[in-house]
Amino acid sequence: MAGPAIELHGVTKRFATPKGGVYTALRDLTLEVAPGEFCAVVGPTGCGKSTTLALISGLEPASAGEVRVEGRPVKGIADGIGYVFQNDAVFPWKTVLENVAAGPRYHGAAGRDARERAREWITRVGLAGFEDRFPHQLSGGMRKRVGLAQSLINGPRILLMDEPFSALDVQTRTLMENELLSLWSSTAASVVFVTHDLEEAIALADRVVVLTAGPGTVKGTYTVDLPRPRNVAEIRFQPRFTQIYEAIWGQLRDEVLVSYERQKHAAAV
Amino acid sequence: MSVRSTLPRSSVGNPPPRPSPARGEGESNAELTARRSRAARRRLLTVYGLRLLFAVIWLGGWELSSRMNWVDPFFVGQPTGVVARLWTWITEGTALGPLWLQAAVTMEEAVVGFIIGSLLGVVFGILLGRIELLAETLSPFIKAANAIPRVVLGSLFAIMFGLSLWGKAATAVVLVFFVVFFNAFQGVREVDRNLIANARILGADNRRLTIEIIIPSALSWILASLHISFGLAIVGAVVGELFGATAGLGQLIYNAGHTFDVNGVFAGMFLLAVLALIAEGLISALENRLIKWRPNRVSGEIPI
Repeated sequence: MAGPAIELHGVTKRFATPKGGVYTALRDLTLEVAPGEFCAVVGPTGCGKSTTLALISGLEPASAGEVRVEGRPVKGIADGIGYVFQNDAVFPWKTVLENVAAGPRYHGAAGRDARERAREWITRVGLAGFEDRFPHQLSGGMRKRVGLAQSLINGPRILLMDEPFSALDVQTRTLMENELLSLWSSTAASVVFVTHDLEEAIALADRVVVLTAGPGTVKGTYTVDLPRPRNVAEIRFQPRFTQIYEAIWGQLRDEVLVSYERQKHAAAV
Repeated sequence: MSVRSTLPRSSVGNPPPRPSPARGEGESNAELTARRSRAARRRLLTVYGLRLLFAVIWLGGWELSSRMNWVDPFFVGQPTGVVARLWTWITEGTALGPLWLQAAVTMEEAVVGFIIGSLLGVVFGILLGRIELLAETLSPFIKAANAIPRVVLGSLFAIMFGLSLWGKAATAVVLVFFVVFFNAFQGVREVDRNLIANARILGADNRRLTIEIIIPSALSWILASLHISFGLAIVGAVVGELFGATAGLGQLIYNAGHTFDVNGVFAGMFLLAVLALIAEGLISALENRLIKWRPNRVSGEIPI
């Protein structure tokens, strides 16, 4: 596969607001992700980060421009895509085992095979012994692991992650970030990881894309040339990390300020 | 969280807990558990005691005021009269035949109406919840049908079905249907968008989506509506019997009413209440079985 795994060319996404207006979430966004690349997308609140993922996954159609995954234009939800949601999206009425086995079953695997593969993945994300629990009996971090196993079991070639760890406490979060890196390194998946946390973005990604305050478009792209394998807990003490952080933050800060001013203004009106 | 498992409250007749600085840090886990369960037991006894007291005051006041002729027992009946009437019904049968037969007839009508009505309600609720065009097309008709007092349809059903079971069951169906329908519809509409997106990404087709995501998610709403609607099914059956019947508790009550037998009316009502409570218990058991995945909400809940 020579071409990029994901291509967005001049993509615009508009939504009709309930009041009859039009809200532009993304304007003229162009972005490419290479096969096997870990790409982080950062930007201030409301800059259309999640919308970008919805377009790539096929959950939402683009209003204008072109979205291609593995060279093919996106029309509806394609195979080979995994999506880890910001909020809990595991099914509360299914046990951990049933939750993880859902993907294979939806793809036509027999119940027994699906459960067997699910057990393997449950072990890989460190939840062995919790197969028969319901999600409400797990902690937030454990539910995130279920979500990860649920997406990864389908062997996605594209993994989309929408601020997956933002609801976790700092320690659990670092733990999960390391775990994600080790799981990802055993796959060949291209990752688009959306976050508002620049540190997280640099620690995880090969490349960081900064979006402007909404309507979002690419403000800058930065290569993170830190060696792998990385330890997320320690990498932030490296001088190179600080250099990259400072370079990107200079760009991001302006956009955050714009977004902040806008919100203040909106609140005043 | 739990009302019962907290410290006993002084307001329910227990002595207030002795202030003890050692408590909390000094006692072991076993002691804490024991204290908790003692407190819970005390609380339960208090509640049952208060319930008994309430019943005694209510029935005693009723009995007393009719005995003392403050009110005319001919119009309001009296508890001992109701018990006597029940006893006659049980030992000697009613004017319509054995008592169990009357109860069985009414329950059969109510249960048949309840099952058909709730099945229809669930099916239509899910269909309309899933197919927006259908919902928009039908919504004025459904609102209109819901606005009319549907018990009057009982007279229509009496003409259509005669004295058979189906006239009463049909009345129960129209009462049950709308309650279940609106809940199922709302339940489908309120399904978490994230869950739907997740299932679709994982590869679920429309059928899987409906069976594995939409229906389980709407189930809490649907089950909640079943509690109300069984009561309505009994109303439907009893009203249906008003428009023509040869047996049933409703018929028994009307007979009693027509012969100015106030105690008979109350006795019939009492029997209906008992049957409704039994059904309610069965529905709760079903609910607990079906949604065992839900966070434990039983502890400390006040059962009503």
